[in-house]
Amino acid sequence: MIWGVVTFPGSNCDRDCVHVLRHVLGQDVREVWHEARDLTGLDVVVLPGGFAYGDYLRAGAIAATSPVLHAVRRHARAGRPVLGICNGFQVLTEARLLPGALVRNRGLRFICRQVWVRVERTDTPFTRGLRPGQVLRLPIAHAEGRYVADAATLAALEAQGRVVFRYCDAEGRVVEAANPNGSLHGIAGVASAEGNVVGLMPHPERAAEAVLGSRDGLALFASVLLQAATAPPGPAAPAEPGRPPVPSRAAPAAGARRPAGVP
Amino acid sequence: MVTALRGALDPARVGLTAAEAATIRTALGREPNAVELRCFGVLWSEHCAYKHSRTVLRRLPATGARVLQGPGENAGVVAVAGGWALVLKMESHNHPSAVDPYNGAATGVGGIIRDVLAMGARPVALLDALRFGPPDDPRSRRLLAGVVAGIAGYGNSVGVPTVGGDLAVDPAYRDNPLVNVACLGLVRADGVARARAAPGQVFLYAGARTGRDGVGGAAFASEELDEHAEREDRAAVQIGDPFAGKCLVEATLAALATGRVRGVQDMGAGGLACAAVEMAARGGCGAVLDLDRVPLREGGLAPEEILLSESQERMLVACAPEDAPALAAHYERWGLAAAVVGRATADGRFRARVQGAVVADLPVALLTGAPERHVVPRQPPVVPSPPVPPLDPAVLLLRLLAAPELADRRAIFEQYDHMVQVRTVVPPGADAAVLRLPEVPPLGLALTVDGNGRWCALDPYAGAAATVLEAAANLACVGAEPLAVTDCLNFPSPERPEVAWAFAQAVDGIADACRALGVPVVGGNVSFYNEGPRGPILPTPMVAMVGLAPDVAQLASTRGAGADPPVLVLLGDGEVTLAGSLCARAVGVRPGGTVPRPAFERAVRTLEVVRCAVREGLVVLAHDVSDGGLLPALAETCLTLHRGARIALGALPQEAGPSGAAAGWPLTLFGEGGTRVLCLLPGSRVPALEALAASARVPVRPLGVVGGDALTVTVDDSPAVHLPLEVLGRAASAFAEVLA
Repeated sequence: MIWGVVTFPGSNCDRDCVHVLRHVLGQDVREVWHEARDLTGLDVVVLPGGFAYGDYLRAGAIAATSPVLHAVRRHARAGRPVLGICNGFQVLTEARLLPGALVRNRGLRFICRQVWVRVERTDTPFTRGLRPGQVLRLPIAHAEGRYVADAATLAALEAQGRVVFRYCDAEGRVVEAANPNGSLHGIAGVASAEGNVVGLMPHPERAAEAVLGSRDGLALFASVLLQAATAPPGPAAPAEPGRPPVPSRAAPAAGARRPAGVP
Repeated sequence: MVTALRGALDPARVGLTAAEAATIRTALGREPNAVELRCFGVLWSEHCAYKHSRTVLRRLPATGARVLQGPGENAGVVAVAGGWALVLKMESHNHPSAVDPYNGAATGVGGIIRDVLAMGARPVALLDALRFGPPDDPRSRRLLAGVVAGIAGYGNSVGVPTVGGDLAVDPAYRDNPLVNVACLGLVRADGVARARAAPGQVFLYAGARTGRDGVGGAAFASEELDEHAEREDRAAVQIGDPFAGKCLVEATLAALATGRVRGVQDMGAGGLACAAVEMAARGGCGAVLDLDRVPLREGGLAPEEILLSESQERMLVACAPEDAPALAAHYERWGLAAAVVGRATADGRFRARVQGAVVADLPVALLTGAPERHVVPRQPPVVPSPPVPPLDPAVLLLRLLAAPELADRRAIFEQYDHMVQVRTVVPPGADAAVLRLPEVPPLGLALTVDGNGRWCALDPYAGAAATVLEAAANLACVGAEPLAVTDCLNFPSPERPEVAWAFAQAVDGIADACRALGVPVVGGNVSFYNEGPRGPILPTPMVAMVGLAPDVAQLASTRGAGADPPVLVLLGDGEVTLAGSLCARAVGVRPGGTVPRPAFERAVRTLEVVRCAVREGLVVLAHDVSDGGLLPALAETCLTLHRGARIALGALPQEAGPSGAAAGWPLTLFGEGGTRVLCLLPGSRVPALEALAASARVPVRPLGVVGGDALTVTVDDSPAVHLPLEVLGRAASAFAEVLA
């Protein structure tokens, strides 16, 4: 399984995602620069958290028009998995790859804390290894994470079961007190109509190792492998040998002497 | 602005004394022109030249087996393990934050990150130490909210976690808040960069373009603030751009990784001129700059503005001429400007040219050789301490728990991304934050920052020493051994004899405490002239200490563990006082009295026991007894555990008997001082802890058991406090409203 983690100027969780995929899950990870136009050869694309291009306009608005997003769109249309985390989720909504929008938190402030989310849907590539109703401990860190959509979109999302995660309390109850940012319907993550594109505000990569307090997030990445092992992705072209190299950001040269296990 | 600069020929207008102007004139054998005078104004400012502090600072221990770089570069460097080294530095941004809290704090964060970057390190953590006026003052509340937002706005975006901090209030900080930011970085020991140039190398300007913001910031930082500062000095405050800052970090690390960077420095205080002059001075060479090659944000900048602008997010790189294009390409890839703007020469002169015409021509040694100033120190008279009136311990406890020093500060640190970079094992809110070091598992770094202006106001030596010992105690509570210290010394005008005395005393206190602990001070910053119309600040040396935790996995597992049956004991002892305490402040007693002199040897022994007990998993939780004394520490522990406790204390000898009960045992319950650590452990392990402590002659006093939903405390078998957990929690969380 070959993963691509996109780096926009201003991304700041790209290295964290690469770390978890490469050193915790032992995956083959390519670092994809924001100017890349071809993602051929990648099985899964991750849009990480951060402040792409500074987010000085709306969060994710400029990134949604970047060259790599055209390629991400093609990747998604081919039915291949795309995961947007935090800023990556914002980018996916701005790019209309996911419905709705992420606006300023109800309290108007940046919030960094541990929250609980309930798994609502388990047939996406990123939740296949989870149980419906399972409660996960994941951190959030955002100022613009309040999920909103018009009534029709929300109704359609609910009707089609496209809400993937909802903020909840430790017992899994979706209550207002457990909603950190005022998201409508407590929505923490949604999926595309086909289910292969998933975005969420919490950071699963920050909850992938016991030493950091929770391993609940690892399942999102591990689910993709589960799917690959049990059933090849539908319309996605299977990996083939001799494919052209993936245009990627050069690894920092310091990495050459970094031992394994370094984020 | 241009007119003001061009017209400023009077040396006093650039902050130089008549004597300094005469020294310059004599050394040059001519009158300096306006551009040159401006350069002297900045490079000879207190901020850049440490005129009042250089001699005293030499008393700090700066060496040790692990020290790879002590003071004198952009930041200190200490070896950690496995070929990795830690870079650390702390700096103040007090004056800018008083004028423009958001941008002042934001650029403070950006500046310290670039100091660490200049050593070749990837920045991995930020800490901030803040001082404001009391929260009942609307302006102080606004400054606090603005500073917190500025730290969050820059730190979150630039992707460096803010993992800890320190907050205290006092009316003395009302006009002149303190905003001190520390940054830590990691670098391969063989990849440490230096800020120096050598003849034949070129200067590559890299980063954001130069504008007019922050012209004269260093000189501005070297004056007292007057009542109009908030309106008039805004032009001297820089504007931060965390996006450019993030790109600059990545581009610079990529450039350094090529091995072609010979020297690199942040363009901070004093801008391009200061960076080029300092790099030339360290390399023992000269520098010539062509100002028309500097990437500008706007047209029409005067030469002195280009030289001295403190526009943010810029680095100056020294490299071989043939390497410049490859290095520039790294910056251009990240959307940043890059241009060769000059070269290092062998003649020891600093020259600036505009279209070939020389506009400044000065000896580098003279620019970096500001004469020291010596003020004869004078010890102020000791102010006697008025007696503390009788009090109700429960009422006072609730008042103290709501004070910014003790309150639940989640409302602040939840605004900071404290988890990015996936290293944070112990988040803010504990005695010390802990980061894992996956580079050298299972090691971790423990970080803390402390300051005690209330004690320093009464005895700067004892206060500064106690600050260092408290930092070490915080580290011991997470099982970490001190590795290095960086400090930020905030004082009023050093031209006053009693400030000169307090400064020297505080430095001695830090020096002696660090020697006792065997920990070097590898760098830091001095901030003088912290005064407002209503008077000076408390002398406030801040200390950021980093320690090495041997096993973060063990620490993470112990901290989560339950302890049954859970018992609380107090490790250590020491003389306590109400002078300069939170209790004295809360009951409205005028500051005065004397504080205990530090007991270094006893503190070192006690902390060694704490460290062992935490590392061996003997204790489940350790919490340093500091601000507010024993009773607030007990209440904090209950709140951390979400459980009550039944505690039986013996009154201190001075308070034994009926009169102590009548007064409310203030010294026993609220006295501050000594080295005392609250430990939570299963009752079955108490004998093992006692044996460990006895081997180091450290007293262990049983306090009581954890359980129930109230904190109940008796002193000499008389009831002192009985408060439901919920009431304690409400008091501690009231602080959130201060920021609302």
